[in-house]
Amino acid sequence: MKNNETINILFCGIGGQGVLKASELCCLAALFDGYHVKKSEVHGMAQRGGSVESHVRFGKLVYSPLIPCGMVDYLLPLHRDEHERLKHFLKHGGIDLLQWLEKAETADKKYLNTYMVGVLSRFLPIKENSWLRALEVAFSHKKYDYNKHLFLRARREVQL
Amino acid sequence: MVSTDIGKIALLSGNEAVAQGAYEAGVKVACSYPGTPSTEILEYLAQFPEVDSQWSVNEKVAFEVALSSAIGGLRSLYASKHVGVNVAMDPLMTSAYVGVNAGFVVVSCDDPGIHSSQNEQDNRLIARMAKIPLLEPSSPAEAKEFVKTAFKLSERFDTPVMVRLTTRIAHTRENVKLGKRREIPQKEFNVNVAKYVMVPRNAYNRHIALEKRLLKLKAYAEKSPLNRIELNSKKLGFIVDSVSYLYVKEMYPDASFLKLGFSFPFPEEKVKEFARQVKELYVIEELEPFLEEHIRMLGIKVRARDPSFRIGELRPEYIPNIVKGKKKTEPGWTARKPVMCPGCPHRPVFWVLKKSKAVVTGDIGCYTLGALPPLSSLHSCLCMGSGITFFEGWRKALGKNVVGVIGDSTFVHAGVPALINLSYNKTKGLIIILDNGTTAMTGNQPHPATGITIKGTPTKRLSLEDVCRACGADNVDVINPHNVKELEAVVKKRIDEDALSVIIARAPCVLLERKRAGVPEFQKEECKKCYICLSIDCPAIYKTEDGYIRIKREWCTGCNLCVEVCPTGALVKNEEQ
Ligand SMILES: Cc1ncc(C[n+]2csc(CCOP(=O)(O)OP(=O)(O)O)c2C)c(N)n1
Repeated sequence: MKNNETINILFCGIGGQGVLKASELCCLAALFDGYHVKKSEVHGMAQRGGSVESHVRFGKLVYSPLIPCGMVDYLLPLHRDEHERLKHFLKHGGIDLLQWLEKAETADKKYLNTYMVGVLSRFLPIKENSWLRALEVAFSHKKYDYNKHLFLRARREVQL
Repeated sequence: MVSTDIGKIALLSGNEAVAQGAYEAGVKVACSYPGTPSTEILEYLAQFPEVDSQWSVNEKVAFEVALSSAIGGLRSLYASKHVGVNVAMDPLMTSAYVGVNAGFVVVSCDDPGIHSSQNEQDNRLIARMAKIPLLEPSSPAEAKEFVKTAFKLSERFDTPVMVRLTTRIAHTRENVKLGKRREIPQKEFNVNVAKYVMVPRNAYNRHIALEKRLLKLKAYAEKSPLNRIELNSKKLGFIVDSVSYLYVKEMYPDASFLKLGFSFPFPEEKVKEFARQVKELYVIEELEPFLEEHIRMLGIKVRARDPSFRIGELRPEYIPNIVKGKKKTEPGWTARKPVMCPGCPHRPVFWVLKKSKAVVTGDIGCYTLGALPPLSSLHSCLCMGSGITFFEGWRKALGKNVVGVIGDSTFVHAGVPALINLSYNKTKGLIIILDNGTTAMTGNQPHPATGITIKGTPTKRLSLEDVCRACGADNVDVINPHNVKELEAVVKKRIDEDALSVIIARAPCVLLERKRAGVPEFQKEECKKCYICLSIDCPAIYKTEDGYIRIKREWCTGCNLCVEVCPTGALVKNEEQ
């Protein structure tokens, strides 16, 4: 990672899918690796079914809390309609993780977020240990083992 | 949560950082009423036993309790969303006259872009109107430091200090270093009628003192490190405040900046100094032309946004267009329609109101979603309390077929005087209190009628039934709205009666009590594809490609409203638990 580079990830989906949990995992992992992290989210009034998007940026020093439109390096969708709505945020040559959503759905519909974060982790300059620490902080003791398993499975299944 | 981790770096939101800053500054009393985007400030402070935190009945009460605690000698904090400050406007406007004694910080969280509000007013103007200093952090890490500075300034100049965040700062997380709390000894309080009793003569003298103080504050603002010149390329210079600083910095990292963190009283000399040093000068801000007008008043040549950018939130990608002098191209609302949760107890009430064909005066809360199609049965929403006051006006204008609705938290906040007004002025008709036992809209905070404090401890519970009777309601019916037939019958009866009636529609918010009953069975043979079940707007029911209905098992709570409304018996109650 270059000195003044910022990595931009846009998470999107609908209320109830765990978009914010996914972005939290990513932020914590980046934090544990010593980066300056900003995470900014937009969620309307609804608890269930409304649009949810979360901007995550990390690097040495991050300015804007929002990723400028057209500057997203990685788009991580949990819902196809929301992907359609926000795909124009992706930069030229940015990586769209939509192609892994189906795999995530076969793995576990309830934890699309954990699987997709596992996919994302393969692309980011963050140590595996920091991801595991993030999972430990973000999930309760009861859910940790399963989510760790799912995360690692996604990490294994991604062919770069 | 984090209070013991001194020196630790945590990912705090702007709101949590404000609270952490206040905590470290030794705040003793903190008061607020929930509201997006400010809610988490008090929720975070409530975890500390050293801080006497409260959800107040409303913002006016919160402001007065916090201010008077400060006058009494305890460092205090008030926090609310932008429109909450309107409710506290009466005490706020005189607070600069009386001053504070111990530090008093007023946190206003504005909502440019109207993510979750009824307007996008700019409270920088309120700080100016109330004549109190205004601090504007750009990020969570700054917010923590600015709040600590605000307490010091407040005590040094004997004035309330406003710290203004916007949604984008309040709800952004970043690395924030946690520090140690400094206990501040209580300040001595002396009775001082000339200072604390605002009768005309005293108030006049205090106004003189206030104007003197503002001059001192202005001199201070000129030197404050919160107003910072960052010289870079002198070809292009930006005057910016709040989060705008970060957007412009992102897009023009090589330009020069005057970053205003202490923007009222306005540091005129600093602005002149900066203007002299750069060739082309821009001012970029969100919402009102607050900085722009000040700069222009100084006779400085400055370029500003096209006025179309005064509407809505700024975004980094807008900045180049602003610099080019372009008009804003409206992005349009593409987000999905928000909807009440499956099993929400508000839904059956709106179903009944829709059938009654009443005109419904509404209020603010999750239930405002009753206005959206296909329910379409809430017809006004202005501000908190207006569900009842608008009922009075529309009843005068439109006659009997008007019903007023209001949430339980909103009723306690601003509905009680409105209900007394109905009774006192001999208005008849029906008000429905949507009592889901919580302030759901802002994330399920307790309120007086729940009998629980912000710290989760039991307290005296306000009885809504008793309040309504005492206010003068002739009939008070408590009904579980999931019993749709009963609700429908009582609504019908009360609308027509020559009496002032209140129905308390009482059933807990589904996010509060995650009870699940069996998912209704769908009997395909009985379905006539009339889609009445879809008209209740439940996200757990949808139409499939074959035109039949399906229920999302993972979302359905088994509330059975769809069973209730299905005219052909295609949806059948499932008795299993
Ligand atoms: C003056 C003011 N303060 C706070 C808010 C934020 N707010 C909007 S609705 C609401 C209360 C919602 O609770 P309730 O009336 O019980 O309805 P529910 O959401 O539970 O259905 C709050 C706190 C506001 N819009 N205006």
